[in-house]
Amino acid sequence: MKVKVISRSTDEFTRERSQDLQRVFRNFDPKLRPQEKAVEYVRALNAAKLEKIFARPFIGAMDGHIDAISCMAKNPNFLKGIFSGSMDGDIRLWDIASRKTVCQFPGHQGAVRGLTASTDGSTLISCGTDCTVRIWSVPVAATLESDHASNKPIEANAVYVGKNAYWAVDHQWGGDLFATTGARVEIWNHNRSQPVNTFEWGTDTVISVRFNPGEPNLLATSASDRSIALYDLRMSTPARKLIMQTRTNSIAWNPMEPLNFTAANEDCSCYSYDARKLDEAKCVHKDHVSAVMDIDYSPTGREFVTGSYDRTVRIFPYNGGHSREIYHTKRMQRVFCVKFSSDASYIISGSDDTNLRLWKAKASEQMGVLLPREQKKHEYQEAVKNRYKHLPEVKRIVRHRHLPRPIYKAKELRRTVIDAEKKKEERRKAHSTPGSIVTESVRKRRIIREVE
Amino acid sequence: MGLEEETGGSAKDVPPTEQELSAEFDTTLQKYLRGEGADLEALKDKKLKGQLTVREKLYGNSAKAAAKFEKWLMPSEGGYLEAEGIEKTWRIKQDQITREVDILSSRNQYDIVLKDLGPYTLDFTPSGRYMATAGRKGHVAIVDMKSMELIREMQVKETVRDIVFLHNETFFAVAQKKYPYIYNRDGIELHCLKEHGAVSRLQFLKNHFLLATVNKFGQLRYQDVTTGGTVSMWKPTSAAPLVKMLCHHGPISALAFHPNGQLMATCGREKKIKIWDLRKFEVVQTIPGHHAKTLDFSQKGLLAAGTGSYAQVLGDFSGSQNYSRYMGHSIAKGYQIGKVSFRPYEDVLVMGHSMGWSSILIPGSGEPNFDTWVANPFETSKQRREKEIHTLLDKLPPETIMLDPSKIGTVRPYKKREKPTKEEMEAEKEAAVEAVKDIALKKKTKGRNKTSKRVMKRKVLIDKAKKPFIEKEMQEAGKLAGKRKLGEETELPASLKRFVRKKAAV
Repeated sequence: MKVKVISRSTDEFTRERSQDLQRVFRNFDPKLRPQEKAVEYVRALNAAKLEKIFARPFIGAMDGHIDAISCMAKNPNFLKGIFSGSMDGDIRLWDIASRKTVCQFPGHQGAVRGLTASTDGSTLISCGTDCTVRIWSVPVAATLESDHASNKPIEANAVYVGKNAYWAVDHQWGGDLFATTGARVEIWNHNRSQPVNTFEWGTDTVISVRFNPGEPNLLATSASDRSIALYDLRMSTPARKLIMQTRTNSIAWNPMEPLNFTAANEDCSCYSYDARKLDEAKCVHKDHVSAVMDIDYSPTGREFVTGSYDRTVRIFPYNGGHSREIYHTKRMQRVFCVKFSSDASYIISGSDDTNLRLWKAKASEQMGVLLPREQKKHEYQEAVKNRYKHLPEVKRIVRHRHLPRPIYKAKELRRTVIDAEKKKEERRKAHSTPGSIVTESVRKRRIIREVE
Repeated sequence: MGLEEETGGSAKDVPPTEQELSAEFDTTLQKYLRGEGADLEALKDKKLKGQLTVREKLYGNSAKAAAKFEKWLMPSEGGYLEAEGIEKTWRIKQDQITREVDILSSRNQYDIVLKDLGPYTLDFTPSGRYMATAGRKGHVAIVDMKSMELIREMQVKETVRDIVFLHNETFFAVAQKKYPYIYNRDGIELHCLKEHGAVSRLQFLKNHFLLATVNKFGQLRYQDVTTGGTVSMWKPTSAAPLVKMLCHHGPISALAFHPNGQLMATCGREKKIKIWDLRKFEVVQTIPGHHAKTLDFSQKGLLAAGTGSYAQVLGDFSGSQNYSRYMGHSIAKGYQIGKVSFRPYEDVLVMGHSMGWSSILIPGSGEPNFDTWVANPFETSKQRREKEIHTLLDKLPPETIMLDPSKIGTVRPYKKREKPTKEEMEAEKEAAVEAVKDIALKKKTKGRNKTSKRVMKRKVLIDKAKKPFIEKEMQEAGKLAGKRKLGEETELPASLKRFVRKKAAV
């Protein structure tokens, strides 16, 4: 007879010395866990509730400006700093960690309309309604030792005067050209006092410009004739133009998929396009109730942040139609510019009430260095919540966001209007010969035409 | 030359072929996949389809990793008993086994004789480390099975019918003469559950923290031990039993559930043990010739049946739920077995009888590899405290007690609403009328409270309540009449058609 019985020796299964870790043995057999789904569901519910408890996205406000903030610029080489320009011509460099001004760049006589930093972070370029483009050199020492310097004024390196007011400026990625827009699109070099190249298409003001991160010679602009135009620097004529029904306030290229860009439009939604195929939007992002003023992509390319005239900041997924997060405060008025920080953890919004506000990109994230055990726990909670987020109880908690009353009412109103229109359309269709009334897809509806 | 030598080797030394290996791997993989994958071909939403494909792939990878882990990285092997030659496993005696097995395991085979204090019943903690025993005449003891140490012993001076551990070894509940009591590990009485009354059996649901008690009138009560609230009867959300099964031609004497939750063994007064499949509620196997006063399934699926002074262990070795004799043991004559219980994670069967308890070795009954996060026989007090907190956080609400717990998170099948039958409609009408009758009318003053007016008002209310039902009935009748007329017209032969009154064209 052959016999063997389970026998476990204690030293094999317990630790040797008290300074050792306790030994952990695993058996993943499902029959040891008869109610694993119910336990997971309870954990998902608790994870959703905890996430809401820990959701404190607002970190702090940076005040110092005395007029509304019109534009911001990130420094590609320096994570901690951000430039902001206001409507009275005041440009400041802020240290985000201490939320204090590092240095000021006085000089503009009117509103500062555009700010941009060169790729190596040493030069700052600004343009404004006083028809000037100013080039400043960013003091490197001051940016490193942010506690010393405060409010030190800096002289401009160069001032180039033009004929008309300038509306926006953007610097080429990896090159040394920058583009300004106003009456026309002009390409400049740092050293020349006159633009190197000029593009003109139509007679309306061009209100924003963005260079493509992947293709340094490609840039997109939006004009007040409701168009979005793509330009290639190597060609002498502008490349393509897309006319929509409402004006685009701002454009942002997706840094991870550089052929796609998203346009922030006046009709409260953002439209994502593939630059090769402009006749149809890739995705329409609808959640704002008033004009979207500014848009910026996260360095991961997976989500973008928008600031709108309705006093809120929203975060959208790059391919999703609705926002995953909304940030608002009683004190934050019309948001004119937003930026996603280069480590994808923070959002900076500049608004009408002269403050820059610092927010977390993930509202319930624990900032700082996490132990690997903590990190694993957070990842597990995120995963189990995502697995059960379609169930009614969990969904109710995950989706819940407090909206300010005016926005809630405005949303309801928009909902009623959209539903009524839809119903009318359906009835018209039902009472006419099939095929005579064709509904346009949402992605094409707002586009008038594409022009070469 | 080398090739010939290899083929000349004995068949035993040839390693298993790739096909055999992969077949074995497939069965374990199926176990970890936990059912079929989703049918993604029917989806039209491309984005959702893409997301789900990625997820299904992840499930496949994790199932493969778990299957590989099971194959290569488990620390212990299971026990077995193989008879050689003409030997039969059920004729092998315990002392033969004890002689062959190592000293530590042979210590698990013993008899404890306690003559005075009545038949003993027992319960184990989920890790199998601690055992609570109670004699009918009031003797309660907690024993540490690893070191065979008596942790606490007390005499409650009352009849004790049942004992059960709560979530860990620090709390246990005893069903005493008048009420069930909850005690601490130190023997301090913590609670007396007066609402339950004289209880005959106790059970603890460890995921839900519910103590279930049943008394001699057949009333089942659930008590939440964390908050102290009594929940309700049967399933905590329904007052009627979920399933009623007629198992035997007489009273059922014993009942046990397989750990996979799909099999149930019952034994009645006639000498038959029936194995039931709980998904289809039908008998899978009837084992004649055994009468069992107590039944228990082990973690590996062996079934122990105890009657009188003989305990029989049955096992299914072909994997097709066909139970056959595996082992047997008879204790001293005259001792009556009250309860058999397998020890979790050990190859040990403990029988509580009228003169104490006995423990015997049943190779292959326990799960050799435990999971520290589920049940740890080597738990320290710190680990126990942490586990208690984590299980409290994961406490399941009583609504999750259901026949098939894997249904949580699945989509409810779309039920087409059938037309309610006549009886249902009548019942609804009655219910509506009853509801209206219960409404209390305001008592009017100043001479407006005439009886005739009150009666009129009530009549009007009842007619209003009946109106929608009557309208529906008339609609149905109208439709039916229309259908019948249509049918009648088509039935007539052609020659008679001219005599049918033609309706004027509408």
